[in-house]
Amino acid sequence: MSQTTIDPRSLRAPPRRPLRLSWSDERVRAIVWQVLVVGVIGAIVWWLWSNTVHNLEVRRIATGFGFLGREAGLPIAESLIEYSPTDTYLRALTVGLLNTLKVAVVGIVLATILGTVIGIARLSKNWLLAKIAAVYVEVIRDLPLLLQLLFWYALLQGLPGPRQALNPVQGVFLSNRGLKLPWIEWQDAHSFALIAFLLGAAGTWLYRRAAIAKRMQDGRPRAVWPVAVGAMLVLPVAVWAALGAPWVVDWPALRGFNFRGGLNMSPEYFALLLGLTLYTAGFIAEIVRAGILAVPGGQWEAAQALGLHPGQVLRQIVLPQALRVIVPPMTSQYLNITKNSSLAVAIGYQDIVSIANTTLNQTGQAIEGIAIIMLVYLTISLSISFFMNWYNARIALVER
Amino acid sequence: MQPFGLSFARALGTVALGLGLVLPGLARAQAPAGAANTFDAVKSRGQLVCGVNTGLAGFAQPDSQGVWRGFDAEYCRAIAAAIFGDATKVRFVPTTAQVRFTALQSGEVDVLSRNTTWTLSRDTSLGLDFAATNFFDGQGFMVKTSLGVKSAKELEGATICVQPGTTTEQNLSDWSRANRIKFTPVVIERLEEIVGAYISGRCDAYTTDVSGLAATRSAQPKPDDHLILPEVISKEPLALGVRQGDARFADVVRWTHFLLLSAEEFGVTQANVDKMANDPRPEVKRMFSKDGGLGPMLGLPELWAVNVVKAVGNYGELFDRTLKPIGIQRGPNALWTTGGLQYSPPFR
Ligand SMILES: N[C@@H](CCC(=O)N[C@@H](CS)C(=O)NCC(=O)O)C(=O)O
Repeated sequence: MSQTTIDPRSLRAPPRRPLRLSWSDERVRAIVWQVLVVGVIGAIVWWLWSNTVHNLEVRRIATGFGFLGREAGLPIAESLIEYSPTDTYLRALTVGLLNTLKVAVVGIVLATILGTVIGIARLSKNWLLAKIAAVYVEVIRDLPLLLQLLFWYALLQGLPGPRQALNPVQGVFLSNRGLKLPWIEWQDAHSFALIAFLLGAAGTWLYRRAAIAKRMQDGRPRAVWPVAVGAMLVLPVAVWAALGAPWVVDWPALRGFNFRGGLNMSPEYFALLLGLTLYTAGFIAEIVRAGILAVPGGQWEAAQALGLHPGQVLRQIVLPQALRVIVPPMTSQYLNITKNSSLAVAIGYQDIVSIANTTLNQTGQAIEGIAIIMLVYLTISLSISFFMNWYNARIALVER
Repeated sequence: MQPFGLSFARALGTVALGLGLVLPGLARAQAPAGAANTFDAVKSRGQLVCGVNTGLAGFAQPDSQGVWRGFDAEYCRAIAAAIFGDATKVRFVPTTAQVRFTALQSGEVDVLSRNTTWTLSRDTSLGLDFAATNFFDGQGFMVKTSLGVKSAKELEGATICVQPGTTTEQNLSDWSRANRIKFTPVVIERLEEIVGAYISGRCDAYTTDVSGLAATRSAQPKPDDHLILPEVISKEPLALGVRQGDARFADVVRWTHFLLLSAEEFGVTQANVDKMANDPRPEVKRMFSKDGGLGPMLGLPELWAVNVVKAVGNYGELFDRTLKPIGIQRGPNALWTTGGLQYSPPFR
């Protein structure tokens, strides 16, 4: 966590004393101890390392990362990038990493939204709503996540087969093969339109900042929405239209055993996403509730006295202050989602752990495989922590 | 078995491997290069630790009393009987397809007796040695009869259930490429879960060794609802695995298997083995009498052969007791004398 206030005493340096080579000198003692500790740890690490190398050699187990360039030969059901079993282990592991990110990122967004809604609902004056939210939180947090995942997966497997798929709207099919949705055939024009949208969003944000800064000076409000519509809607559509406005809908259709075409959400992914989201939302709800309760009641009353209606009070007065309490514990929930996503192996979603485990099994290189898994989780976790710390510092109370 | 122990068990297995490789005391005790080897370790422990599968009818599955039953389980008992003269001195450790090699490498188990295919890469870079092929198999497909499919060639576009960390998974990729048949895999580690996915209709077909298909089929309430397709797409010599460089122990395991074959070849059974010490045939006499001298050459008691056959019967008896009831024929596992592949070198 970032330090926002600094004790001025810490800026004053202690008076310098000459270093005496004697055990009674505190600094000499400190240096000796530190050298000793580092030395012992270094020796242990070296000893463990040399043993490992020796044992691997004796057992003639292959070592090194050379296997990453070899053909994997493993089938992977869903992938964000082009993949076939003739690709290398490196590519297979990349597919696994992307699959982990796919479930973690979407899970974090959904769990945050759901958790916030439930957390607020728990504080609602509506008795029934508050009770339902409370029961939800209790039940969800008390059942092991793995059990919940298996439950959702079993439930999804209970859906009818593809030939009897539920077809609520044209082009939408729900069966034990997953959820099928119509999708457009993706072409370059769509990619460019997407880029235009992202640029537009960035532009809108910059404009909003400038508008607020100007308002601070002259007190005149400036509407942001015309710019937003122009940059985020008109611009992308114009780009798309200029490139020939391609629009071919890819309808899913039953051919042979399965549906072909369209967008697919597999039962494995769906069960994992659902399980992670519902589970983590239970914890996030409690964090949000605690955060809101931490804002003194006087703030509510003062805001209401100013004539703000309850929604405004929540959004403009209470939540911004609650965020300061909410963000730090939220970081660990985000880390939890990421780490818990490794339970994917139990229900056949091929995340990084699943693919690294298979790689490890086929190449026998357990140490390298585990090292890869650790590296991946460490990198993701540190990224989340850094981002959240940055965000936390940004919203921290600025004392004047 | 333990419904939620899976990830945990794997994590433990991997940690055990890590520790086994990292910590000197633990690991060097089992290191094959030194004087201490698995054979001595097993003898001084007084128990064989045998890695079996997690529950496959006919091969290894605990019965209602928790006693492991099946072909692979009996092989564990046979090895224990050879070493200790007591077939009960075995601890069974269930291993999934994915953790089995880690379990062996880390010293968690002494021997793998669990539907493991002998391949070059496993024999070399995985640090294993295969002692003997005790079941010749091949990979097949099973579908529900109601699907109306009669051949694997009709599986274009199908969703296929497969266990990870198996040759099955790799053969499936090869086969689909060679035959230009596209498929969607569903890959789940636990046997129960993958079979569950097939039964629920999540997959159109389930693929594994034909013996495994037969075992799964026989365990269903209505086996006739499932059809094993005629195509066999690979060779799966299922072999007993030990740690690489563990030659003495590998010899014991290998010759226990050959003993079972030879006993069948010579008509030695659980019932008549006691009378074989005075058999007129020299080889039989050498194998089963008190002064044949073969056991000590392996580091085993003189009467090891009698103990083994008394405990589990000969190969044919063992097969008929465990695999015949689930509908598996001898096929290539018949003795060479009747046109099969099972063949033992001479006992001399
Ligand atoms: N023979 C193949 C497949 C072995 C395998 O694991 N087969 C499955 C199905 S027959 C099995 O025994 N599973 C039991 C388990 O995972 O406990 C190999 O060695 O890779």
